[in-house]
Amino acid sequence: MVLEGRAHVFGDHINTDYIIAAKHKSRLTDLDDMVEYIMEDIRPGFIKEIEPGDFIVAGVNFGCGSSRETAPWVIKKSGIAAVLAKGFARIFFRNSINIGLRVARVDTASIQEGDLLQVDLASGKVKNGTRGDMMPTQPMPPFIQSILDAGGVKNYLKTHKTFDL
Amino acid sequence: MAMTLSEKILSRHAGRDVKTGEIIMADIDVTMSHDANRPLAIEVFEEMNGEGLFDPKRVFMLIDHHFPAKNQAAAISHNRLRKFCAAQGCNLYQGEGIAHVVMPEKGHVLPGELVVGTDSHTCTYGALGAFSCGIGSTDMGVALMTGKLWFLVPETIRMNISGKLPPGVFPKDLILYVIASITADGATYKAVEFAGPVIDSMPMDGRFTLSNMAVEMGAKAGLIAPDEITLEWVKTRATRDFAPQRPDPDADYAKVMEFDMSNLSPYVAKPHYVDNGVPIEEVVGTPIRQANLVSCTAARMSDLRIAASMLKGRKIDSGVQMLVVPGSREIFKSALKEGLIDTLVDAGCHVGPPSCGGCSGETFGALADEDVVISTANRNFKGRLGNPRAFIYLASPATVAASALTGKIADPRAYFN
Repeated sequence: MVLEGRAHVFGDHINTDYIIAAKHKSRLTDLDDMVEYIMEDIRPGFIKEIEPGDFIVAGVNFGCGSSRETAPWVIKKSGIAAVLAKGFARIFFRNSINIGLRVARVDTASIQEGDLLQVDLASGKVKNGTRGDMMPTQPMPPFIQSILDAGGVKNYLKTHKTFDL
Repeated sequence: MAMTLSEKILSRHAGRDVKTGEIIMADIDVTMSHDANRPLAIEVFEEMNGEGLFDPKRVFMLIDHHFPAKNQAAAISHNRLRKFCAAQGCNLYQGEGIAHVVMPEKGHVLPGELVVGTDSHTCTYGALGAFSCGIGSTDMGVALMTGKLWFLVPETIRMNISGKLPPGVFPKDLILYVIASITADGATYKAVEFAGPVIDSMPMDGRFTLSNMAVEMGAKAGLIAPDEITLEWVKTRATRDFAPQRPDPDADYAKVMEFDMSNLSPYVAKPHYVDNGVPIEEVVGTPIRQANLVSCTAARMSDLRIAASMLKGRKIDSGVQMLVVPGSREIFKSALKEGLIDTLVDAGCHVGPPSCGGCSGETFGALADEDVVISTANRNFKGRLGNPRAFIYLASPATVAASALTGKIADPRAYFN
């Protein structure tokens, strides 16, 4: 399946406090109520820029900081189809896999704000429809990929019963 | 086969020898969750139709982040946690203090153990020589049901730290310097082992400060091999048998880094990144509005003692608010007995209930635009304390106290000979 959408470009070290600030996370009990505050402190109004199927494109260490699972959740619920980044912080990466938010390591340096991307995660290719260049995605261990492919760990365990390493 | 400390601990918990790079299933000794997660780990557990916990005695829940309940959402979460723990028979601490202070203090995490917690600073327990890492609520739901999780056995960066910390320079300065050197993703996916003469002679409070901040360089775990100091500390607290592990001398490290601390200045991480650390000379004189002696990083007895020794008989600057939040009830009581609380209050500090107050999400002391805070905590991201237009500097307890006295960031070395 090829995902198609526009790139929303962020820089390096986008931490989970930026993705969803603690002050909202701790005021609300429902994840759906938090979505509108996505990236609010660094890009106010970002939620309004997102069309379902778009991508977050980032530099190194995306998702660093707090382990809050609300971070990948608000990204998923906002309609973002996948996060493409040069690198991910480990807890965020693992949380994303667990909840079925597609994440892929890509050299995103040449992608610019608004570029139209075609992302084929199964074949490991990202095509920049606006600029023409192709970027490979870095494969992840098959076991971890299988959790993501199942749509997250809850679905994975429903079908697999245990972890099939 | 020569092993790193992580390989040793993970091997014991996988039931066979494991090597860096393998994905393994491992038995977990102890789990920790607190009240700040959304969803709560217990909610995930219930959604997954978890019936019984893998072992209620080894499951710990702590109400620490929003204690006392700071809003209705917190009060709702607290009620849910209380109900769950009563029904399941697992351990619940309410207002006992910060999880990463209380868990070791009460002997619930021990050398050689494998621990997971729904908090990125779960790496703190690595100071005891435990393999301890932060996970999300969904992973915790799985762990609560099965008592096991999959782990990727990480590479290890070995940090040999030599020289002697000069007077007025503390473990917090050391770790801020190390993070600035390696950068915020310098240890991503890796374990870090802190070793060397400076570590060998460092008391436990300082070791907890170091391990606590391992995640700020991206590390999965930040371990200190248990030694006499560890065992002495653990001796009166351990609630069960344990098997300390040490790395083999010829273990295979991804990288070995040598640090000499002999000439280290106090270090301060400038807004808005933890690896934006600089020697104090570069920020001395910056006016501050608030000084925070708080958090799982540095609000233990050593930290309170340092600050109290500097504030004794003095008053903090009239333009500064200094917040002190002891890491636990036990620490609060010890500080009371030692007269530290008297000293701090007399100097003009505000002392809060043992909790995560003053560290994350405006839980203690909101900030106006342009306010500058200097804090012993572990993160200074924009908006961390609730206002993205405020500025947070991270520093040692000594630097925080020195700064509170003058109303500007100040070099604490003047107070130490």
